[in-house]
Amino acid sequence: MSAPGSQGAEGRALHAVPEVATEKLTIAQAVRDAMLLEMERDEKVLVLGEDVGVDGGVFRATDGLIERFGSERVIDMPLAESSIIGMSVGLAATGFRPVAEIQFMGFVYPAINQLFGHAARMRNRTRGRLTCPMVVRMPYGGGIHPPEHHSESYEALFLNTPGFKVVIPSNPHDAKGLLTAAIRDEDPVLFMEPKRIYRAFREAVPADSFAVPIGKAHIARTGTDVTLIAWGSMVRLCLDAAEVMAREAIDAEVVDLRTLNPLDRETMIESVVKTGRAVVVHEAPRTAGFGAEIVTQINEHALLQLEAPVQRVTGFDVIFPLAQSERYYLPSRERIVKAAHEALSF
Amino acid sequence: MPRTRVYEAVTERLEVLDTEGRVDDALMPELDPSRVRDLYRDMIMMRAFDDKALKLQRQGRMGTWPPIKGQEAVQAGVAMAMGENDWLIPAFREHGVMVLRGVPLHLVYAYWAGDERGSSYPEDVRCFPVAVPVGSQWQHGAGVGLSLKLSGDDAVAVTFGGDGSTSEGDFHEGLNCAGVFDARTVFVIQNNQWAISVPLHQQTRAETLAQKAHAYGIPGIQVDGNDVFAVYAAADEAIQRARRGEGPTLIEAVTYRLGDHTTADDASRYRAEEELKEWEGKDPILRLRRYLEQKGLWDEDQEVVLQEEAHKWVDDQVKALEEMPPQAPEEMFTSMYAEMPPHLSEQMQSLVEEVRS
Repeated sequence: MSAPGSQGAEGRALHAVPEVATEKLTIAQAVRDAMLLEMERDEKVLVLGEDVGVDGGVFRATDGLIERFGSERVIDMPLAESSIIGMSVGLAATGFRPVAEIQFMGFVYPAINQLFGHAARMRNRTRGRLTCPMVVRMPYGGGIHPPEHHSESYEALFLNTPGFKVVIPSNPHDAKGLLTAAIRDEDPVLFMEPKRIYRAFREAVPADSFAVPIGKAHIARTGTDVTLIAWGSMVRLCLDAAEVMAREAIDAEVVDLRTLNPLDRETMIESVVKTGRAVVVHEAPRTAGFGAEIVTQINEHALLQLEAPVQRVTGFDVIFPLAQSERYYLPSRERIVKAAHEALSF
Repeated sequence: MPRTRVYEAVTERLEVLDTEGRVDDALMPELDPSRVRDLYRDMIMMRAFDDKALKLQRQGRMGTWPPIKGQEAVQAGVAMAMGENDWLIPAFREHGVMVLRGVPLHLVYAYWAGDERGSSYPEDVRCFPVAVPVGSQWQHGAGVGLSLKLSGDDAVAVTFGGDGSTSEGDFHEGLNCAGVFDARTVFVIQNNQWAISVPLHQQTRAETLAQKAHAYGIPGIQVDGNDVFAVYAAADEAIQRARRGEGPTLIEAVTYRLGDHTTADDASRYRAEEELKEWEGKDPILRLRRYLEQKGLWDEDQEVVLQEEAHKWVDDQVKALEEMPPQAPEEMFTSMYAEMPPHLSEQMQSLVEEVRS
């Protein structure tokens, strides 16, 4: 972490620091940038997955890496998710740092045995003798009108499985800094990438390598009336909703959790204590979604400061619909505003 | 528009030592008498510690134990063919080869007695922990084999599994990927013919498990798994081949589980007594002893000394097991992550307070 701008939580303030060279990147480009710089820094970092080599990834997140590092470090895998993760376990436990890509989160099921049964457990079950320092990158979430099984948000599955860290960036800056931190982490990190906004916007990102620390939330917008809690693609939606509310003289604060495990409870609770009202927003289904855990933690730590029950804006408890009905499923700006109104008028 | 043969394959079976202790000199691997005696000694040690584990389990001093009785030749033969720096990736019926590779027996006992520290092997022991999810370890074997190739390490990954695990997708994926990448991996199937209660013919329609290698473009060979010379010869050839960078090999060692699946199982519910009797006659230890005696390399006095030595070693290991201080309850938290996150510290603290009060 020798590069300027590696100070992390306050990293976003760097946007304003003129002497740091920046480049305008999308999330997909920022992800690639992080891998490229880490592969340059540490020869033990490998990239493996389906179509990550010659094709550069179906979202171009590994574009050009094979030309730069060769096919021994950028490995086009046979079409087998369990192999991608299972071989990563073998590589990680013997000294490499694999960055594995599962092409879409909806295809992670065949690898669950390797993830839950081995990657998450290796350190604990060997009392630290063998470990799995690996990253599993998974484009997740809806909004791109794809075929079936390409839109899921399964973070809750992994949050109920101890042993992982679960990281979900919401913007290009964090995508680069968090992925850098994930690759340097000593434990398995599930890195969920909001594919809906992979190329939706560009942002100035420090050109050098930097790490955003895992486990630190970010206040994406400060406000005093209600706290909107979100991660990944829902953060931008919350920022949009906050702008709508601003026109109604409602001052919303937006907490971008960035990491769901370990959760930065302190930042989240501090915000809720300040505003007294909260709305948690996620794409995943409602029942036993991570929103339920957030509501519980707010109740445990800020119940007496709450002015209203915590609201949830989530996906429905249904199979993720195909393209034509997708817009009815996904949380919308309007639903977020409505939920905030509920909290404010309680 | 011709209809032609595009691929044909033959699967070989290797047998060197018969049940009467006679060997085929043309196929006998080069092993000087002291190494043959070592193989015998290794197998006697395995039988002794396996018997002891069953006794400990009956006395309530051991948890569920998967016995290895009858499968000693596979484990001794492969272990002898392995090089000092080779990695072992076991399933869960490989205590014999694990101990021969340097895992202290008292740790093997500790794991099966319910103590995670039993999977924390000494730093210089290149061995994965036991893999309980059936077949999952085949993928690790492929991954370690690729790792060794990429790092330029001349070591080889040797991974084990049972006949039942060849029905799992991970077996096929592991062999496939190891083949694609020329991983330095040797896959050893301990075909003991029963996956708990399901016999081999209900696992596969194939005549052999070795032939499955052909589908992945890698060599496969079947050996008599109760013939330690055949096992050693096939393992040595496969390991040397992998070490030269020529790719993975599948070895099917046909053996037999003389015991139950585990101490929680009763094989008499599904397995005929006659079958068991027949395989007791093919005992790998008996067979090797006959060979040694016929060659004048072994006698009853040596046997008595070895048996005494084996029992003393096992007793010492039981003592080491029972002298391990109990794990502190908070140890379930301390190795979850390199650095303990705050929520785990809180949970650990609550457990510590509960235990203290």
